[in-house]
Amino acid sequence: MAAGSSMLPAAAMRPPRERSSSWPLVDRLCYGLCWATGIGLCLIATAIVIFMLVKGIAYLRPSLFVSSPAPSLHQSQSGGFSDPIIGTLIVTAIGTVIAAPLGVAIATWLSEFARPAWLARAVESAIEMLAGVPSIVLAIFGLLILSQGFLSFLSQGAAQGSLGESFFDAGIVMSLLALPLVVGSTREALGQLPDRLREASYALGKTRSTTSRHVLLPAVRPGIASGIVLGMGRIIGDTAIVTILLGSTLKNEPVGHVPLLGTLRGTGSTLTSYVYNNSPAGEGNAHEKAYAAAFVLLMIVLALNATVTHLVNRGQAPRERRRLFLPGRLMGGSR
Amino acid sequence: MRRMPVLQRGRAGAATDRRAELTLGLLAGVVLVLIAAMVVTVLVKAWPSFSYNGLSWFGSGGDVDTQLRVMRESTPLPGHGLLYFRAWPLIWGTLLTTIIAVGLGLVVSTFAAIFITEFAPGWLRRTLDPVIRLLAAVPSVIYGLIGILALAPWINEHLISNSRKQSVIYVVQLNGTDLATATLILMVMILPIMVAISANALAAVPASWREGSAALGVNRWRTIWRVSLRTAWPAIAAATVLATARALGEAVMLAMVSGSRGFAANPLDGLTFLFEPVRPLAASILQESEGLTIGPLAHTIYAMGAVLLVSATMLSLAGWAAKQPLKRYGIRA
Repeated sequence: MAAGSSMLPAAAMRPPRERSSSWPLVDRLCYGLCWATGIGLCLIATAIVIFMLVKGIAYLRPSLFVSSPAPSLHQSQSGGFSDPIIGTLIVTAIGTVIAAPLGVAIATWLSEFARPAWLARAVESAIEMLAGVPSIVLAIFGLLILSQGFLSFLSQGAAQGSLGESFFDAGIVMSLLALPLVVGSTREALGQLPDRLREASYALGKTRSTTSRHVLLPAVRPGIASGIVLGMGRIIGDTAIVTILLGSTLKNEPVGHVPLLGTLRGTGSTLTSYVYNNSPAGEGNAHEKAYAAAFVLLMIVLALNATVTHLVNRGQAPRERRRLFLPGRLMGGSR
Repeated sequence: MRRMPVLQRGRAGAATDRRAELTLGLLAGVVLVLIAAMVVTVLVKAWPSFSYNGLSWFGSGGDVDTQLRVMRESTPLPGHGLLYFRAWPLIWGTLLTTIIAVGLGLVVSTFAAIFITEFAPGWLRRTLDPVIRLLAAVPSVIYGLIGILALAPWINEHLISNSRKQSVIYVVQLNGTDLATATLILMVMILPIMVAISANALAAVPASWREGSAALGVNRWRTIWRVSLRTAWPAIAAATVLATARALGEAVMLAMVSGSRGFAANPLDGLTFLFEPVRPLAASILQESEGLTIGPLAHTIYAMGAVLLVSATMLSLAGWAAKQPLKRYGIRA
């Protein structure tokens, strides 16, 4: 892996080798602790992956991918997780479709226009705050807003006693989860562009909007893409919003008879809620199914992760590869 | 803000530019309004619970699990209204899990960050990068699953002796889903962000400062301790604050492994304390979410949400403030 993809900075300039044997005991102890924590982190990650791999291989059957969940106390008869997989895809798609353009627009405005200044600062801190809001709070806020009468067309509506639970509703709130990541990543990329790009475009008599649209945004495409993929990862991994806003029913249950729209307005589940419900914490207590679904979930998340690494690698000029990198990527906030 | 274009040719171009700026600004404004609306609506919805209980909402009194069940079943406790609620055990659970996890995480992440920037051989540093990334990417439901199916049973079997279980059997049941399990996993979940920020700040400490220290004959560790850490301190503080916000809002994993019993674990119980169940706020919201259609319970749930929302906002602000001193050194973190 190239250094450029690194979440961690390149090594600090090292002084020449020095034997730690001459150090006082406390210093040597701390040195040992450093090694211990470093190795420890590797071991934890390896343990998680191997554990999930072993359990996944033990319980995963191809049939699980194509059969719907069924209500049964026996794990051999409780079906597979085709519905949750479809659910995950739908929620992720809706969330991304909303968050991506909105995030890019906000990031462009923040870094290229940003007038009036007070509004820009307010938006900036609001996005930063949004990145820190627990998803469970986003979920209950979403429920509050989306169960209002005028938005009931997005779900089954309050008439049937349900409170704003549908794929639309879950996807919309999920987009709030992904938004800070898209904004952060796009802004970071825009900030790294050399000013000469802008100056050259202005010198040609182009306006700022044209410059942003035709020069800057195409140049930061990898940055935007990695923000979007990170956002997708966040959406796929979230359980709280699904539990509260998707109903986490056993199967995807469409409303009405229009094929696609019905599903989107109906309730359902995703892989995360499937894992949660099948764990001892949920009602299901079917740990084989939970492990199998969790394994699939982990593989999806890791694949997305690899995509981000790839995008980031490609997006950086070789000269800039050694740049420090960062937590913006992890946290979503801008700094 | 970028510099303004020097030339703008043609009126049409300028008009399009203004329109684009307006549209984008409007979108940003909408998101701002939405976020402001979130704070307001959650607080408004939570108000009945706060106004009924007053400041005692945060205090202790009675069994919080019973109070929630009573709201679910709409049969008020004798002498109290339906909204009667004393959240202390939940708040205490949140504080315990968060503070212990962040405290442990701070120590571990600082050492790990030093290791990465100073001592790790190249191949190990290159391994640690995907490792941190992986730990950050694992969804919390998977952490929870591992906790409840692997770690908790192990702790139950090997670390909690029968006599320990007997000693508290009339108060609470110990079964491995407890404070220790929850904190350990929570720490692993917040480590990546702390390590990433700290390591970055450590690496950005000007080399000349450390060389100066080394030239005075100070050994490497002391140099790191006295010069690097001290310079990078604001970033480490910021990382801690951000990690706290994350730990505070973790619902799913904690709902799975914390024991989910509204029990204020008592540090005076000695080692047993670590094996007592807790019930943090965020996890309670998730577990009670089926009762969101019931008026009083909904007000109470939104009140818990409001507490989390306000704390998370304060922490965001604190994190921002903590990072400011770094700008003096021109370090970005």
